[in-house]
Amino acid sequence: MAIVLDKSHRWRVLAAHLGLICFIGLILFPFLMILAISLRPGNFASGDLIPSQISLEHWKLALGIAYQAPDGRLIQPEFPVLLWLWNSIKVAALSGVIGLVLSTSCAYAFARMRFVFKTQLVNGLLLIQMFPTVLALVAIYAIFDQLGNYVPWLGLDSHGGLVLAYTGGIALHIWTIKGYFDTIPVEIEEAAKVDGATPFQAFRHVLLPMAVPILMVVFLLAFIQGVNEYPIASVLLKQQDQLTIAVGIKMFLYEQKYLWGDFAAAAILSGLPISLVFLLAQRWMTAGLTAGGVKG
Amino acid sequence: MTRKLEHWILLLVAGFVLLAGLFLTFKIYLAGQALLAVVCLAILGVAVFVYSSAKAYAFRYLFPGLLAAVVFVLFPLAYTFGIGFSNYSSKNLLSFERARQYFLDESYVVDGESYAFTLHADGPSYRLRLENDKGDVFVTGPLALKPLAVSVPAKRQESSDAPLSEPVDTRTLIAHLKALKQLTLQLPGGQSASASGLREFAPVRKLYVESADGSFKNQQDGTSIKPNFQTGFFETAGGEALQPGFKVNVGWDNFKRIFTDSSFSDPFLRIFGWTVLFSALTVLFAFSVGFVLAALMCWEALRFRKIYSVLLFLPYAVPGFISILVFKGLFSENAGEINLILEGLLGIKPHWFTDPFLAKVMLLIVNTWLGFPYMMLLSMGLIKAIPADLYEASAIAGAGPVTNFLKITLPLIVKPITPLLISAFAFNFNNFVLIALLTNGRPDFLDTKVPAGTTDLLVSYTYRIAFQDSGQNFGLAAAISTVVFLMVAALSLLNLRLTKANQGGAH
Repeated sequence: MAIVLDKSHRWRVLAAHLGLICFIGLILFPFLMILAISLRPGNFASGDLIPSQISLEHWKLALGIAYQAPDGRLIQPEFPVLLWLWNSIKVAALSGVIGLVLSTSCAYAFARMRFVFKTQLVNGLLLIQMFPTVLALVAIYAIFDQLGNYVPWLGLDSHGGLVLAYTGGIALHIWTIKGYFDTIPVEIEEAAKVDGATPFQAFRHVLLPMAVPILMVVFLLAFIQGVNEYPIASVLLKQQDQLTIAVGIKMFLYEQKYLWGDFAAAAILSGLPISLVFLLAQRWMTAGLTAGGVKG
Repeated sequence: MTRKLEHWILLLVAGFVLLAGLFLTFKIYLAGQALLAVVCLAILGVAVFVYSSAKAYAFRYLFPGLLAAVVFVLFPLAYTFGIGFSNYSSKNLLSFERARQYFLDESYVVDGESYAFTLHADGPSYRLRLENDKGDVFVTGPLALKPLAVSVPAKRQESSDAPLSEPVDTRTLIAHLKALKQLTLQLPGGQSASASGLREFAPVRKLYVESADGSFKNQQDGTSIKPNFQTGFFETAGGEALQPGFKVNVGWDNFKRIFTDSSFSDPFLRIFGWTVLFSALTVLFAFSVGFVLAALMCWEALRFRKIYSVLLFLPYAVPGFISILVFKGLFSENAGEINLILEGLLGIKPHWFTDPFLAKVMLLIVNTWLGFPYMMLLSMGLIKAIPADLYEASAIAGAGPVTNFLKITLPLIVKPITPLLISAFAFNFNNFVLIALLTNGRPDFLDTKVPAGTTDLLVSYTYRIAFQDSGQNFGLAAAISTVVFLMVAALSLLNLRLTKANQGGAH
């Protein structure tokens, strides 16, 4: 760049580096703190940032292993952290897959077909995805309460019901996939149709394989959304062994019973894989969204 | 070959889904929800039409997705509006039919005439013998005596009957007391009797009998109760409401309470004010921090930008429910690391959770921490789109970085970012998770009748009314949801306008 560098330039760069390092220190502080807490013995806050004495008691409890306290008592894990994590993964993966199947076929129709009310439906979906589900919590609770009377595995305290409730959020996925389909030239499918393929075959054998990157991205986004969801799960799930990690982990920090150390280990245990998935998804996301369907 | 196979598999799946749907519809119909069953049948009918008619071909692809959106987004919204007009709450939980049945099933023990009873072993089972003052004797057949609510007939003892064995001792009697308590004996003449003591059975009667005018006559004291469809309770002549109540339509009552009854409108307005302030300040802070960082990340003279931006992105990558709870612990007043550090350095120990002002400050700090990476990403994308020659021109004119920042960068990204800021505002307007996990709305207002907190947003306030505090007032909560929903809808429309205006300007 043709910017003339004056004397103050070096100082400004240095100041920027210093400022950023301080800021990043501020950001890393909670993470380092929580790591230290998870390794400190006991459920107390007092202690050094770098623990003088390392104990794996909290990690053992988080992993569901009983541990022997210094006074000889055997301490049983209070909460089934791994089960909660598994519940979360199960529900999020199922709702991701179902949402993907539903939204892909919808997006195909929106991108490729002509039919009545198309504009209205597209705009309607755009509006729908802006409404926060938190506002309909009462209704969602009442609906699943009722539904449970007829189909118990879809009622309150069931994972089936939770998956179903999450499936409603597909409007955004439809938009994302439709945008990707729009980048793929229609001519490719038309060539297939000339060779005698039905629209479904053109969709299944031609368009779908080309759309794999975006489908991965949408699945990952839906998965992360499912794992992170708190309000609906907190209303629909009550029994301890049914909870998802987002609802369950809150139990470590009840005012009367502040299991700070146990919480720290459980939080890292469950937060780390999700964060990694998120960081990877973020990278693929930019690649998947910007690449377009046609290579070369 | 494969095409044929695919066809058959699809047909099989379709048939299975249809049968499952019909079965469910039938089950719902049997449960007495005729209207719901009709709706289900209509959906099934539309499905059959869509998948069999060539005209609706495109809708074969759309149907499942649109159905999901309608059933799980539109229907709950419509249902929320509906509940807003009802008195649905923990006191009025049942439908009228179920409440009516509850009262009709009530029974009472008739005083005075009672039967002395004895228990007699009969092989592995037992028989009961009842005798009243007049010397009438009734016996039952052999009973298993399991603790289940059962109704069994008892016949008058005939002289030709085989004699009963000796009565069992008191210990055995007590061991079976639980089962005996659940027993209802149908005596000849339409009377029934149940255990009223260790040695006694007393006749029971239905407490209420329905009269022709819909009122229920109390057989014990002769009074009568009447369903009141205004309040949703069965009421005595004196106007006393009896539990359980039932759901009725109350019209605009809930909405009137929100806006005119000061015990509801007062906290509502205060919480509304804080909700707006919270959303606006969050967006302001998160955007300011994110934008400055984005400008730095786009400054080519700065090295290590890649590493910096990955680290700056971290708060966004960690799931919100974990970071928020981590902060809940760190801010904790007596045990939190933040107060330990503040005490060590400055000798202060702020009450983050009990002082309303500090609780709000804490919420804003945490939410800015959570939100700035998103703003940074957005701003980086927009800044990169600004043509470099603008900066070159300004450099020639002798402008410094501050002038560049304020006169070129900021004005050029304001327009495209406004709709995104409005979305962020709307998101934080409904940021339930942050409040629920960090402060739960506390500290509460001390001067309100309904439980409401100084840090509650409208959505968390609604949640408390619906699910947490003793009343469980779903109707009122749904009404508040409806009001909030209208606000969000207005924001969305505004946003749509701005986005369109932007696109119009770009072309």
